[in-house]
Amino acid sequence: MLDVAIRISTGLFMLALIFNLYRVLAGPSMPDRIAALDTMYVNSIGLIIIFGIWLNSKLYFEAALLIAMLGFISTVAVCKYLLRGDIIE
Amino acid sequence: MPELHVIWEAVISLLLITAGVLSLIGALGLLRFKDFYMRLHGPTKSSTLGVGCTLIASVAYFWLQEGTPSAQEMLITLFLIITAPVSAHLLAMSALHHKLPLYERTQGEPVELKTKEKPQDSERT
Repeated sequence: MLDVAIRISTGLFMLALIFNLYRVLAGPSMPDRIAALDTMYVNSIGLIIIFGIWLNSKLYFEAALLIAMLGFISTVAVCKYLLRGDIIE
Repeated sequence: MPELHVIWEAVISLLLITAGVLSLIGALGLLRFKDFYMRLHGPTKSSTLGVGCTLIASVAYFWLQEGTPSAQEMLITLFLIITAPVSAHLLAMSALHHKLPLYERTQGEPVELKTKEKPQDSERT
């Protein structure tokens, strides 16, 4: 049962990532693309954790934590660049 | 995969499928809504809930597997819950700074957009 649930959930996350990728490529403005990239990293964290359950290994939590921190910092940096034209003033 | 009790396996499966459906709903909101201010609603709420459900399922799975709970897995949930409003706030600020257009049936205007559109209204009337 868990095997089937993991496959269904992976498929749903992949569909969500494809929709986000469409918004990254076709977004009419820059904040649209940044919001879509933000959603993409959050969804990829979920995908990595499901992969960790599937492989029965706790090693993937470190990777998910790293992606969470770097994704948040990159979102803040690009937003500051759009707001101010400079990242560190 | 080692043996789990059937009820716990069902709970973890339900959490995983709920997480997938929630993140798909968020991505559909990002895909289908009309303007940026509406599009920001989808991912900021449902993606955090989706990844939260995945993390709860993973914590339950490894807890039942090894017998001891570990706190470092809840760190990701805590971090995402703290950082999602901050990044959404910054995205809305940059969208208002760039004066992105509103969908025409939206009622009410924020102050940042009103200062630009007020002279146009007075010209029209």
